[in-house]
Amino acid sequence: MSNGTQVYASRGATHALETAGAWVLGLLWMLPLVYAFWTAFHPAEFSTRFDLLAPLTLENFRRAWDAAPFARYFVNTVMLVTMVLAAQLVLVTLAAYAFARFEFPGRNLLFALVLVQLMVMPDVLIVENYRTMSALGLRDTILAIGLPYMASAFGIFLLRQTFKTVPRELDDAARVEGCGPVQVLWKVYVPLARPVYLAYALVSVSFHWNNFLWPLIVSNSVETRPLTVGLQVFSATDQGIDWSIITAATLLTTAPLLIAFLLFQKQFVQSFMRAGLK
Amino acid sequence: MTRSAQWLYGWLLLLPAMALLALFTHYPAVATLWHSFFSTPKGARPAVFVGLDNYRNLVEDPVFWQAFSNNLWFAAGTIPASIALALLMAVWVNGRIRGRGLLRLAYFTPTILPMIAVANIWLFFYTPEYGLLEQVTRSFGFGTHNWLGSQSTALACLMVVTVWKEAGFFMIFYLAALQSMSPHLAEAAAIEGASRWHFFRRVTFPLLMPTTLFVLVNAVINAFRLVDHVVVMTRGGPDNATSLLLYYIYEIGFRFWDSAYAAALTMVLLAILGLVALAQFAFLEKRTHYQ
Repeated sequence: MSNGTQVYASRGATHALETAGAWVLGLLWMLPLVYAFWTAFHPAEFSTRFDLLAPLTLENFRRAWDAAPFARYFVNTVMLVTMVLAAQLVLVTLAAYAFARFEFPGRNLLFALVLVQLMVMPDVLIVENYRTMSALGLRDTILAIGLPYMASAFGIFLLRQTFKTVPRELDDAARVEGCGPVQVLWKVYVPLARPVYLAYALVSVSFHWNNFLWPLIVSNSVETRPLTVGLQVFSATDQGIDWSIITAATLLTTAPLLIAFLLFQKQFVQSFMRAGLK
Repeated sequence: MTRSAQWLYGWLLLLPAMALLALFTHYPAVATLWHSFFSTPKGARPAVFVGLDNYRNLVEDPVFWQAFSNNLWFAAGTIPASIALALLMAVWVNGRIRGRGLLRLAYFTPTILPMIAVANIWLFFYTPEYGLLEQVTRSFGFGTHNWLGSQSTALACLMVVTVWKEAGFFMIFYLAALQSMSPHLAEAAAIEGASRWHFFRRVTFPLLMPTTLFVLVNAVINAFRLVDHVVVMTRGGPDNATSLLLYYIYEIGFRFWDSAYAAALTMVLLAILGLVALAQFAFLEKRTHYQ
């Protein structure tokens, strides 16, 4: 990384001071998580007492797992995330292709209407969307949790930018060989946009794995609740003050995402960057 | 391809996405306005047109004003702090600092965790007597304090959680921008004898303007959109001290089931987001000369 940091890198005392500052901030940033790990892996009597010799235990995790149907919540979340992502990939690809490569009346107006969703996300329209779900008879289904997010303005925007950079010549060459518009999309555009798809998928999965308010409103049973809502129901009810179990459950529900993140750190960070740069 | 074929393909390709957008974004936005002029249907009594009654209630509702001002304070507290920290983090982990990779990881990790989970962890952190915060303050000889239970500190506690969660996310965008800057700029500035701070203030920071604008818009939207931590940590309490607009909408709409009043409240939120969009367009005109 040679980007001006060499010339204007801090030196001497300033450098030492900045390094110290960066590390203090880093430690502060990790503190809540470290604290949660401590509490979850030690017996309850050590949850607020710090003793390096405190015995390690997995008991909290076992009790948390038994205390609520987390297995079912996991299945629900995986189903939700997969369903939303699959629908998003199809819808977003088709719409982005239309905006990037076709001339038709109303294109700019329709694109502006898509962009509205960047500002007014479904999270804000909970009251009316709940009314709609009731009218459709979809209340308390996993489909209802995912449906408002399937046509993603962010995805359409991101992919349209990418498709626009595909050289026209490739497009024309495929057409000369007799491909129809959909085949061109499938054989030329989609393969070239693979890194953007990966970036979008990671952002989408982590967003929907973590989403809470809308699922809380629209789901109402063990069969539909995603992990986030299940965790809240679990910790808000009779668990009361047993922090060892609550932190264990918290780590349990985030573990897949956290492990995936630690394994694919670079891809995650690059994906979020790519998604932000547009 | 003929022109009419172009039209047909364009429309057909758009149809599925537009249908869903219309159903779950455009229709509900318009329906919110429509329903805000009616009463809430109760049992056998259907909704009746009440004109501006819901808005009159809103103006006279002290809890609404409290949630409104809480939200403004929340935005004013979290947005500058998380952006400034994000920039500082990005500059640090872009430089030649020992353990750069680990630091990036430390700053970014809160971003990928669910707000609801980290709120649980912070709830424990803030717990009176047992929580880590209490243990630290008491070891310095301060008395015990119920951080989330007192009106003067509860909102600030939520702000800390939000800044902690968001700064690392915004850092990524600054980092990407910093890495795409040409090294010749710094070399040229050094030849001219510009100091490090001068270079940052006059070259780096202006060049980061588009990133700052992007981050700012996201931060503003999040300040009005994210209330998961309120649900977990305070439920708007104590005495509405931490009620934010969307949380109040949730309470009115799904705890008191007053959907008409919730619609009027949602209109306020939509108006705020509309203003953000307008401001963004206005700035967009200006920002072009940086590129």
